[in-house]
Amino acid sequence: MNSRQKNRIKDRAFKYLGIFSTSIGLILLTVFIGSIIKDGIGRIDWDFLTNLPSRKAEKAGILTALAGSVWLLVMTAIVSIPLGVAAAIHLEEYSRKTRWSSFLEINITNLAGVPSVIYGILGLQIFVRTMRFGGSLLAGAFTLALLILPIIIVTTREAIKAVPSSIKEASYGLGATKWQTIRHQVLPAAGGSIATGIILALSRAIGETAPVIIIGALAYVAFVPQSPTDEFTVLPIQIFNWVSRPDHAFVVNAAAGIIVLLAVTFMMNGIAVYLRHRWQNKVNW
Amino acid sequence: MEEIIEIEKTVTSEKHRAEQPADAKHTENPVRPKLETRGVNVFYGDNQVITDVSITMKEKSVTALIGPSGCGKSTFLRLFNRMNDYIKVFRKEGDICIDGKDIYSPSVHVEDLRKMVGMVFQKPNPFPKTIYENVAYGLRIQGVNDKNILDEAVEQSLKSAALWNEVRSNLKKSALALSGGQQQRLCIARALAVNPSILLMDEPASALDPIATAKIEELIHRLKEDYTIVIVTHNMQQAGRVSDMTAFFYLGKLIEYTETKKLFTSPENEMTENYITGRFG
Repeated sequence: MNSRQKNRIKDRAFKYLGIFSTSIGLILLTVFIGSIIKDGIGRIDWDFLTNLPSRKAEKAGILTALAGSVWLLVMTAIVSIPLGVAAAIHLEEYSRKTRWSSFLEINITNLAGVPSVIYGILGLQIFVRTMRFGGSLLAGAFTLALLILPIIIVTTREAIKAVPSSIKEASYGLGATKWQTIRHQVLPAAGGSIATGIILALSRAIGETAPVIIIGALAYVAFVPQSPTDEFTVLPIQIFNWVSRPDHAFVVNAAAGIIVLLAVTFMMNGIAVYLRHRWQNKVNW
Repeated sequence: MEEIIEIEKTVTSEKHRAEQPADAKHTENPVRPKLETRGVNVFYGDNQVITDVSITMKEKSVTALIGPSGCGKSTFLRLFNRMNDYIKVFRKEGDICIDGKDIYSPSVHVEDLRKMVGMVFQKPNPFPKTIYENVAYGLRIQGVNDKNILDEAVEQSLKSAALWNEVRSNLKKSALALSGGQQQRLCIARALAVNPSILLMDEPASALDPIATAKIEELIHRLKEDYTIVIVTHNMQQAGRVSDMTAFFYLGKLIEYTETKKLFTSPENEMTENYITGRFG
C-alpha cells in the first residue's frame, strides 16, 4: 500500500469519525426534545401560558415564571449591555497595554469560566444582603448581569477587532476623534457580531438556575411581578419545582414548561442568526 | 488649537475659503515652504526607519516620494498628518512644519491638523455607507448637518474628483458597489470635502488597473492647481508623469531630491541612477 492510498484511507476515516461525532450530539438532542415534546405538548394551551401557579396540577400555569423570566431578561439586558460594550470598547480602543490591562484581560477571560453558582453566592452577599435588594428582580438582574458580562466583553472585543483598520484610518484621516470613529464606523460595522454575542449571552442567562436559586427565587411566588423590587421566579426554577413533586401530573407540567423555555431560547438564537445575517449583507467589505 | 487657527488665518479662514472662488484659495507668502522637515529621525522601537531627512515642499506642487519597499517613504508621508501616532512604538526627532508651524507641538490638535491635511490610502477604503454619506462624513463629524451645505459640498467634491457624472443619479447607493477606480476617486472626493490644503497620497493607484490609474493621474494634475500634493509611488513612470519634484529614499535616508525632470534624466547620485534604471529595487 503506497502512501497515497494510506492518505486516502485516513481521509475517509476522519470523515466518518466526524459524522459519528456530530450525530451523537444530534441524536441525543433529538431524543431529548422528542421525549419532552411527547410528554408535554398535550399540556400546552392558552390556559397553561396564562394561569398562575396552583396546587392542582391541571390548573397550574406558567405565567408567573414566564413573566419573571421576561422581566429578568429585560433588566439583565439593561444592566449588562451598556457595561459590557463600554468595557470592551475601552479595552480594545482606549486602554494602553500595561501590566494592569493584561491582568484585567486575563481575569475577564477567566471569569467567563467561573461556575454560575459562585456568581449566585456573590449576588446573595452583595445585592441581596449588603444592598438590601432582597430576593427581588433587581438582585436577580444584577447577579445575572455579572454572570454574562465577561461573555459580552469577550465577544464584543472580538467583533471590534474584526473591523478592518483601513476603515478606522480613513475616519481618523478625515479629522475624526477616537469616539467619533468608534461611534460612526466601528460600532455600526461590528454591530451584527456584537448583537449576536449579546443575545447568546442573554439566552444563557435565561436558562440559568443555580444563581437565581441562591439569591432566593425558589420561594413560592403566587403573582406576576409588577415592579423591579418584587419577588420573582423564573422558568427553570418553576420546572425544577414541578419535577420535584411526586404527582405525575406535575411532571407533565414540567415537560410543558421545558418546551416553553426551549421555545424562548430557540427564538433568541434565531434572532441572533437573523441579525448576523442581515448585518453581513449590509456591511460587506 | 490656537496655533492651528493661526495657520488657517495665514492660509485664509475656512469660511472665507468657502465664499471665495477657487483662485482666491491659499493666498500665501511664496517664499515660505508649505511643508518642511528639519533633521527628522523616526524610530519604531529600537529600529530607526528614517534618518536625518530635511526637505521643503512648495505650495501647489506635486512631490513624489519614490524608493524600494521598506525605504520609509510611507512612514515619511504619514508624518505630515500624524498617522504614525497610532503605532505604539513610534518615536520621532526633528521638526515637521506646515506653513512654518510645528505640527507636533502640544498645542496642535491632531483632529484640526487632519482637516487641513487630507489623505488617500493605498487600497480604496470607502466606508460601508452610501456614496453621499462617504463624502459628507468629514463635514458631519465637524457638526455640519445642514442639508443644503452638505448637498453642495458633496456635489463639489465629487466634481473635483471627476466622479460626479458617474454617480450623480445614485448617490444613495452603497459605495462598495463602485468599481475599484471609482472607489479610489470617491476616497479622494471624501478627502476634498473637508477643504484641506494638502493632500497626501499613499500609492493611490497601486491597486487599480491602467485605465483607472490614468484617471487618477489626470485628476492629480488638476488638483495641483488648488492643493499641495505629496504622493508615494512605486511606479517611476507615474512619478515622472505627475510630479514636479521627486525625492528618492533608500534605507530611510533621503538620497536625492530635485526637480522630477532632472532626477529622471540626469540624477546626481549613483544610487538614484541605479534605481531609476531598474538595476535594483
